Amino acid sequence: MFKYITRRMFWSIVTLFTILILLFLLLQFLPGTPFNDEKLSEASKALLNAKYGLDQPFFSRFGIYMKNILTEFDFGISLSIQRNWMVKNIVLPRLGISVRIGLQALALGTFMGIILGVLSASKKNTWVDTLATLIAIVGVSIPSYVFALLLSYVFGFKIPIFSIIFNFNDPIKSSILPTIALSMFVMAQVTRFLRTELIEVLGSDYIRLVEAKGVSKFKVIYRHGLRNALISVITILGPLTVTLLTGSLVVEKVYAVPGIGSLLVNGILTNDYNVIVMIAFVYSALYITMNLFVDILYGIIDPRIRVAKGA
Amino acid sequence: MTEHKKELFKRLEPKEYVTQELISNEEPKFFRDAYRRFKKNKGAHIALFMIIGILFLAAFGPLIGGHVYNEVITQHINLPPRVPFIENLGILNGMRDNVNIYLQKGFNDVYYWFGADGLGRDLWVRVWMGTRISFLVAFVAVLIDVIIGISYGLISGYYGGKVDMVMQRFVEIISGIPNLVVVILLVLVLKPGLQSIIFALMITGWISMSRVVRSQVLKLKELEFVLAARTLGASSFVIILKEILPNIIGQIIVMTMFSIPSAIFYESFLAFVGLGLQPPLASLGVLISTGYQSLLIYPHMVIFPVLVLSLLMLSFNLVADGLRDAFDPKMKGF
Repeated sequence: MFKYITRRMFWSIVTLFTILILLFLLLQFLPGTPFNDEKLSEASKALLNAKYGLDQPFFSRFGIYMKNILTEFDFGISLSIQRNWMVKNIVLPRLGISVRIGLQALALGTFMGIILGVLSASKKNTWVDTLATLIAIVGVSIPSYVFALLLSYVFGFKIPIFSIIFNFNDPIKSSILPTIALSMFVMAQVTRFLRTELIEVLGSDYIRLVEAKGVSKFKVIYRHGLRNALISVITILGPLTVTLLTGSLVVEKVYAVPGIGSLLVNGILTNDYNVIVMIAFVYSALYITMNLFVDILYGIIDPRIRVAKGA
Repeated sequence: MTEHKKELFKRLEPKEYVTQELISNEEPKFFRDAYRRFKKNKGAHIALFMIIGILFLAAFGPLIGGHVYNEVITQHINLPPRVPFIENLGILNGMRDNVNIYLQKGFNDVYYWFGADGLGRDLWVRVWMGTRISFLVAFVAVLIDVIIGISYGLISGYYGGKVDMVMQRFVEIISGIPNLVVVILLVLVLKPGLQSIIFALMITGWISMSRVVRSQVLKLKELEFVLAARTLGASSFVIILKEILPNIIGQIIVMTMFSIPSAIFYESFLAFVGLGLQPPLASLGVLISTGYQSLLIYPHMVIFPVLVLSLLMLSFNLVADGLRDAFDPKMKGF
């Protein structure tokens, strides 16, 4: 087990490092320097030079860049959004709301998905199943920003229960619509996956044995079926994280949520490279951590994976 | 035991091997079975016709309707949708807030089937021109899946060993980077537009296909019929092409179908964020992105592109699901 975990961690770190190198290389190709600002005095130019080593040769610049990131989490200064602010001071305060909405959506979507999946698998080939499958395929097909637009039109405008754009004074209530919009895809994926998985588990021999013992249908599904089916649902957590990240960009844009998704969109539109690079790094780190978490969790739950992958 | 003399055995040339292969005639039956199963799936069947219908409209829609792509008529800005004949039924009749805008402004003979946008351009033409972009992206996604994905998976799985090791570590690193990040970085270096979307698809689009192909090849190459082919003297190329590929064609088709909706989604998503096609060019994402700013006053600008995009994605997903059930009922999770 230890060998398996260290191996996974090693590859995660390699990936993260590769991303850092790519990001650094990318910055070298981009036009413009922090010195575009005419108001910048000679003294502050010298200060920036010393801190980020902009007058140094390529490799020492890379060294300084890495050192700044690894020791101080410093990705440089903002070029346009909040000029001359440290990027980390812009990004980090906005991280909380994005992560919170993402986690809420993940929780809500998984919960709804489990309910729909169980209903659909236990009532296989009835109208309940058809309805759940239909909801799931619609959820997979329709982009999250369409859901976001629809929800804000219906519950923000036609029936004004919620505010259309994010309200700072009421962050909990304002996060409800974005959460629902984001959770649709999660719900749909969990439903689809759980349905196939649960149908297979319920068809296996040990379930038939449990049924033969006279255990109630409810107990068969929840105690014996669902537990085993849920193990493999864990594997889609990784891909779902990507969807949540992608979705957060558009959903935050639609509701004007002050998170890193909308910041990234702003950064792209105003060419604020350092902001983009830092958020790209944060996204990658979130994704890689999630994948690592899933792999380790799976290794603990299912010994076969550990043996196959760790050898 | 009789002694096996070397002279008793003859090594077959690859050419002879190929002609022998022609005798067996398994594939048509396989496809016929799959088609029979697919036909039973009503949803997938309707979806297939829906795709054909949308494809038809994307091809010929811009030619009918009486307006020209990117033609700006400033008097016609924000006109709501109005369709001849259907207007008598009480829908699509040019009404907004119970006032017929067309008659109010004196455009008695003007018809915009999907309405006009904020610059007075016909949305009918723009929606179908945008759908063309979606189909183009879908086509590119298929091409990438087939060319890069399949060959990567085949090579990695078939040769195994060190080749497989190196190729899989490469995939591991690439798939460790979220697609979103790759696309955004690419668009920053190249300019936003169709080329960068296609380029981004080329980097990330083939990974799941290559994984499926590889795992299938790993399973198949240990089986007796591959061993038999090798004993008969078939080269690796022939084995891959004639023995392995026909056996995984079902999975390949299913995977390809699944990559289409995700590619269409990616294009519209990027356009919505402002990284995709740039106005005045129209794609469904561009139309939704410009339309949603006036969603509360002129909902028709969003409704039609959203409707077409959702129907298209839904249909492709339904067809992909149907194909999966038809080709390989046990395959899941992709």
